[in-house]
Amino acid sequence: MIANTVLPPSLIIFIAAGLLFFIPQRWRLVPIVLAPVISLALIWMTPLGDNLKLAYLNYELLPLSVSATSRVFATIFSLMLLFGGIYAYRQASLLELMAAFVYAGSAVGVTCSGDLFSLFVYWELMAIGSTLVIWAAGTEKAYQASMRYLCIHLMGGVILMIGIVAHVFQTGSTQFGAIALDGFASYAILAGFLINAGAPPFSSWIADAYPEASPSGSVFLSAFTTKTAVYTLMIAFAGNDLLIYVGLFMVFYGIIYALLENDMRRILAYSIVNQVGFMVTAIGIGSTLALNGATAHAFAHIIYKALLLMSAGAVLMQTGERRCSHLGGLFQTMPQTAINGIIGALAISSFPFTSGFVTKSLETSAAAYEGLTWVWFLLLAASAGVFLHAGIKFPWFVFFQKDSGKRPDEASGNMRFAMWVFSFLCLAIGLFPSAFYTILPYPVKYEPYTADHLITQFQLLFFAGFAFFALLPLMKRTLTISLDFDWVYRVFAFKLSKAFFHLYWSVDTAMRQAFLKRFYLAKDYLVAHEPSGIISRSRPSSTMVIWVTVLLSVYLIFHFL
Amino acid sequence: MSAHLPILQVILPLLAAPTCLLLGRTQLLWMFTCGVSALCAVISFQLLHTVHTSGDIIYSLGGWSAPVGIEYRIDSLNAFVLLLVTSLSTVVLCAAKQSIAKEVPESRQLYFYVAFLLCLAGLLGILCTGDAFNVFVFLEISSLSTYTLIALGRDRRALWASYQYLIMGTIGATFILIGIGLLYMITGTLNMRDLAQRLPDVEQAHTLYTGFAFFIVGVCLKLALFPLHLWLPNAYAYAPSIVTAFLAATATKVAVYVLIRFIFNVFGFDFSLSQFPLPQIWLALGIIGVFAASIVAMSQHNIKRLFAFSSVAQIGYIIMGLSLGTAAGVQAALLHVFNHALMKGAIFLAIAGLCYRLGAATMNEFKGLGKQMPWTMAAIVAGGLSLIGVPLTVGFISKWYLVLAFIEKGWWMIVPFIVIGSLLAVVYVWRLVECAYFQEADSKREAGEAPLSILLPTWILVFANIYFGVQPQFTVHATSIATLGLFGATP
Repeated sequence: MIANTVLPPSLIIFIAAGLLFFIPQRWRLVPIVLAPVISLALIWMTPLGDNLKLAYLNYELLPLSVSATSRVFATIFSLMLLFGGIYAYRQASLLELMAAFVYAGSAVGVTCSGDLFSLFVYWELMAIGSTLVIWAAGTEKAYQASMRYLCIHLMGGVILMIGIVAHVFQTGSTQFGAIALDGFASYAILAGFLINAGAPPFSSWIADAYPEASPSGSVFLSAFTTKTAVYTLMIAFAGNDLLIYVGLFMVFYGIIYALLENDMRRILAYSIVNQVGFMVTAIGIGSTLALNGATAHAFAHIIYKALLLMSAGAVLMQTGERRCSHLGGLFQTMPQTAINGIIGALAISSFPFTSGFVTKSLETSAAAYEGLTWVWFLLLAASAGVFLHAGIKFPWFVFFQKDSGKRPDEASGNMRFAMWVFSFLCLAIGLFPSAFYTILPYPVKYEPYTADHLITQFQLLFFAGFAFFALLPLMKRTLTISLDFDWVYRVFAFKLSKAFFHLYWSVDTAMRQAFLKRFYLAKDYLVAHEPSGIISRSRPSSTMVIWVTVLLSVYLIFHFL
Repeated sequence: MSAHLPILQVILPLLAAPTCLLLGRTQLLWMFTCGVSALCAVISFQLLHTVHTSGDIIYSLGGWSAPVGIEYRIDSLNAFVLLLVTSLSTVVLCAAKQSIAKEVPESRQLYFYVAFLLCLAGLLGILCTGDAFNVFVFLEISSLSTYTLIALGRDRRALWASYQYLIMGTIGATFILIGIGLLYMITGTLNMRDLAQRLPDVEQAHTLYTGFAFFIVGVCLKLALFPLHLWLPNAYAYAPSIVTAFLAATATKVAVYVLIRFIFNVFGFDFSLSQFPLPQIWLALGIIGVFAASIVAMSQHNIKRLFAFSSVAQIGYIIMGLSLGTAAGVQAALLHVFNHALMKGAIFLAIAGLCYRLGAATMNEFKGLGKQMPWTMAAIVAGGLSLIGVPLTVGFISKWYLVLAFIEKGWWMIVPFIVIGSLLAVVYVWRLVECAYFQEADSKREAGEAPLSILLPTWILVFANIYFGVQPQFTVHATSIATLGLFGATP
């Protein structure tokens, strides 16, 4: 161990991002592999606490503050970058790789920020990096989506910035720690974080933007933005009841939309909202068990969600098709991709012996221990929903179902390698949870493999699985889902919420689109064709003189009135 | 010798200007001008040091003391701006030789150096003097030479821009003169300190206010407050690139200084800023200026014009700071005066390098420049980041102090405007980045990196942008002393 390591891991990743620009393509793998590995080593060699103090203005910057929680997040971000990079490096554009490195580096930076200044800088860098990742897909739709995405995140940044300034002004300290939820400043900061987490009323940006990225781009996107938001929420606002409600909303929002969706990557994007909802709820519960659960779940979620998106990305790469209704039967020629997709799907549905089972159960148990019965019940019900939309729907429609007649080749070697590693991690965490629990921020006294837990989970899964296949004909015909008449009261509730969500989603998208449109319109109106726009036009001197007169008269008139 | 530093500061460039006529060769001219400017910078550094250690310097011209003679008065405020102007002019001049050789015909290069020195002398005179009428005289010196400098531009529209500026500048100067004349009429003195003492007792309040209004409007015209900015974009766009860099970094800053000086040390704080309508009007104009100018900047094709509009927006921030009428607000304004000079100096010098290679700076020329002129483009991007207010650049420091000043005053509602204003800057800077780094060059243009003589001064300023962003102690200290001086004088 190097005693005085003060090299921020994010810096290493930024340097690698710069290097990528100069290195010829065949050597690209070197920085792609080395940077995350060095960053991993640095994270674990850097001692806990504030390792780097810089004076800035009258404040102290702490760009390298490591806590037990931040270690877990920084670790998974580095791992994600490593295997995401390997997955991407052959087919992704240079811009995408560089942007992904900046994006991941700033995500790691957020987790190591001990003060609000550094946090904000990394936060904004992350917004820019991720926008470029989407943009690198190179299509017109991706460009539009990236601009809508940037809109939301710049707005979030403004709100966060205002909150931070106000907070620093009120408390005089820039320390990033627990923030009591009172007053304008704390609410602004909370709103800034929640926007990145994909919380209502701004959840739709995830499903709007992520599926437009390139196959590898969406793998990167799925990991960092929402999970850094989870991290910051956990540090600043753990135990706030408000987050329970927000989280539950996200959970069900994600499920319902994923069930209704036909685009395979959009299904997975909605399921991000759903999964982050679990974590936000756990943060709202705020006990050490719940926080451990949120951390562990974030860790496991990044792996299996990336795995799912890698598998979907491989399918997209090979077939060029995103719609579930046009896919099917791919198991025959892409068996490895299919197996990996299934492992990811099992993990996300918390199938026993996978990472989802040993991590998500920490959260549900935390709800039970805290006596929040209704939260516990809702989370459990949602778990069944997750199995329906992500656990079965995605692999079934893509790899099995009716044969679409497509016979694509298996994904390329680097993609398969990344997928196998992540599958391995899903299973390893699931099979040896006690080893994984040791890296969590708080000591864990939890045994996931009890007979009671196993039986409950299997019951839940089998029932949900049965429901899926029983209703399959119905789903095929309409390509959406409606439920059996046994569950009339649920159908009604379902329809109602569906209508609500639909309204809300369309209003939100329409609002952003309208904002952009107005903005451009106003700009064009004001400027039109340079130099003949209304205020950019070169004016005759007489106009200038008129303004001088106007201003002088205004001063005098106001004074003498 | 050191007792005469205040007057040496002004007299040196003033005498150097006619001396230029004796030196025939441009090489010699350039070195001479650079030397004079550098000497002024050294003097101003010495002055700032003296002021900070042993208090204000009062220098009576020709030994005639104040009310009768003209006095020069150096305090922590003008010493700070003096240092800014002289050091920026020196850096800009270092880059001037090749750029001017390219953009101004051989026969006219002499005029450039003469006019430059006269302009510098005028600006330094405005800063040094403690006499209201003297301000007007030096203002005219600097303005007239500025018209010449702008007219040297090789675009024929430069003449027209210069002519328009001449008309507007003359109106502004006339207004200032009317203002000073009215003050003289009711007090019988032209010395600033004397004026400050006698003004509170004058009985003709209406005359005083009229004089005040004329003066303020005149100065606001010179500093290009929206909507009196109309002369500025064309003047900046068509002047030779070096002139643009010089004017953007210094001229409007000196006008801001005049505004602050008269508001605090002549009219008095209570009279000017604590009563309706001035602060409210300024705040409104500042915000509108930031938004309108930034939005216009977004769709400019001429890059010089783009950044000229951005200058108008930045003036908006400065005026917003002043409109607060608090020490924190004035400090934020002063910080932005300094920091904006650094940003725009860096950006316009980089554009000078660009014009040297490409002949013009329009959006089309920017395509593919990221690869062809990496250092020049990096300088523009760095300057742009600073303009946006990215942390670790000077832009962040001034935005931060401005936001804090507004929060301290309790004007929460204004804070989002400042932050959103920065986002608008993101848009127009991004357009450049997109063009330069993500688009391929149109033709088979072979553009190399800008010559080292331009690149080096550019990067000195870029470095200053980052240095004073990371280590803002000097600027923060100097501005806080200057602000203390202002508020100490008029409690």
